[in-house]
Amino acid sequence: MTDAAAEPLLSVRELCVDYITATGPVRAVERVSFDLARGEILGIAGESGSGKSTVAQAVLRILPAPAVISGGQALLEGADLFRMTEAELRSVRWRRMSMVFQSAMDALNPVLTIREQLEDTLRAHPSVAIGRRPGRPEELLALVGIGADRLDSYPHQLSGGMRQRVGIAIALALEPALVVLDEPTTALDVIVEGEILRKLLELRRRFGFSVIFITHDLTRMLQLCDRVAIFYAGRLIEQAPAAALRATPRHPYTQGLLRAFPSVHGTEDELVGIPGAPPSLRDPPPGCRFHPRCDQVIDRCRTEAPALVTIGGGRQVACHVAVAAEPATVEPATVEPATAGP
Amino acid sequence: MSGARATGVGAWWEAIRRDRKATIGFALIAGFMLMGVVGSWFVGDPDAMVGVPLQPPSSAHWLGTTGQGQDVVAQTVVGTRVSLLIGFGVGLMVVTIGALMGVAAGYFGGLVDSVLSLIINVFLVLPGLPLAIVIAAYLPAGPMTVAFVLVVTGWAWNARVLRAQTLMLRQRDFIAAALVSGESHLRIITRELLPNMTSLLVAQLIGSAIYAIGAQVGLEFLGLGDVSAVTWGTNLYWATNDSALLTGAWWTFVPTGLGVALVGFGLVMLNSGFDEVTNPRLQQERAWRAFLIGGGHTVTRSTPVVVARD
Repeated sequence: MTDAAAEPLLSVRELCVDYITATGPVRAVERVSFDLARGEILGIAGESGSGKSTVAQAVLRILPAPAVISGGQALLEGADLFRMTEAELRSVRWRRMSMVFQSAMDALNPVLTIREQLEDTLRAHPSVAIGRRPGRPEELLALVGIGADRLDSYPHQLSGGMRQRVGIAIALALEPALVVLDEPTTALDVIVEGEILRKLLELRRRFGFSVIFITHDLTRMLQLCDRVAIFYAGRLIEQAPAAALRATPRHPYTQGLLRAFPSVHGTEDELVGIPGAPPSLRDPPPGCRFHPRCDQVIDRCRTEAPALVTIGGGRQVACHVAVAAEPATVEPATVEPATAGP
Repeated sequence: MSGARATGVGAWWEAIRRDRKATIGFALIAGFMLMGVVGSWFVGDPDAMVGVPLQPPSSAHWLGTTGQGQDVVAQTVVGTRVSLLIGFGVGLMVVTIGALMGVAAGYFGGLVDSVLSLIINVFLVLPGLPLAIVIAAYLPAGPMTVAFVLVVTGWAWNARVLRAQTLMLRQRDFIAAALVSGESHLRIITRELLPNMTSLLVAQLIGSAIYAIGAQVGLEFLGLGDVSAVTWGTNLYWATNDSALLTGAWWTFVPTGLGVALVGFGLVMLNSGFDEVTNPRLQQERAWRAFLIGGGHTVTRSTPVVVARD
């Protein structure tokens, strides 16, 4: 990539995250690399405990103890987030990257009005011109479709959907380049969820920010996102444009996930789950971490961890079987040791 | 130790052993308790006239003699027993009454809360020390009177704090779940509410014990206790009575004063270790902190990065 305009907004390389326990570190995220272009919506999907939220929070450096970032780098607009001081992080957070939390009820302070919370955010970054503009709180609420008469309400006086929209308004307050949505609609019903996500797409068109969208709702994700990354047991196992992933999932795990979701428009296929349970990160299986549950397992999977390989069409997959079936493979995207022991 | 949270006596012992502050605190408290229990067998009768009054420390009397010609070592050692007994006894009573009143008020709400809160508030606005002095002056002098007075004037703050804590926990879903699953009120209070307040209760117990020891010494120092009993408070009472400060007889009050100070110090130290046993999150943070410091990294508020940089 020589063109400066094509430089990704966020570039994560070989990110590792460990949780420090009394018995030693447990690796929760293992060598994850991905790029996010300007204006792109990247979906991160995976089971609970697959590391999807951990990756996003590690990038923002807001993972609470006992987590540590134990490897890799994350470049936001060329600046390494993992080398920043507290003060530098504070100036980047919310101004360049912000977050919408899973539970809007918990993210909003119950004893402050919506106006006070919006103004707090603006006042925390006095150097940003747009935050000093008079009438900015009204403007922000209007963006998410809430009337200015709600400004002096308290969080408990708003519905769940409205609260989450306030959360989005606060996230957009300083016009960041990147917004992380960590399961923003899990607590909402599908109608409200649809409304909020439509609003988000509309705002994205208007302001051109990038989005990392974390969810376990794969159907919703395929509708909304430009590109989707699938996580399994702390590893990125497949990454592809949303349409391509839906049409031809390559990793057996992704195939299993898609089989487990009903399609609204498609034929009446039988829904099949993936047997077994995700492995313990304390003692992950050798080789490919999915191999004990995989229906296409070959001998190589049991000993050798598959590297994430670029297979053309802007796709990457970490699977021996899928890569072998691919006619034109490119060099590995990441270099991994032949055997990845714990 | 396994990754799971250790419980029972072993966990407490482990916490004391691991935390240097808690170890110091435990050693101090254990030392004074031992002194209170067996100390009187090794020193003579504290009331006996054993020498010339107000003698400075010598080989015969290591800490000198009082204005009555009694041995200061014997007085200090024997005084430990009553002082610690009343201190911990009152601390326990104060927290128990505070927990009963506060948790009942917060849990049941409504009329129960109104009545109990009124009582708590009345006791809160009563000025503690003056009331203690007045009651102590009216009742027959003695350690039990002092203990009674301290319990009456000391429980209300604990009740107030525990009521607030109960009101907060009462809102949580796990209490609603317990109610729906048909648990009795008593079981909800003892199994669901109180374990969530353990660190608070332990802190209150330790704080109340410090308060009780200090206040008891204070009351007896003022002559409101039984002046013929041998306690730390009466030791100080007799020291002033015999003009120890005027005559410069420091050895008559320094050992007792030091005892009070060291017991208080030890209890505060012990508290920091106990906090960790009752709060599993603190245990996890300790491992994390130790890992970072051991690796030569700084503990930062943002997620720390521990990558070896070239």
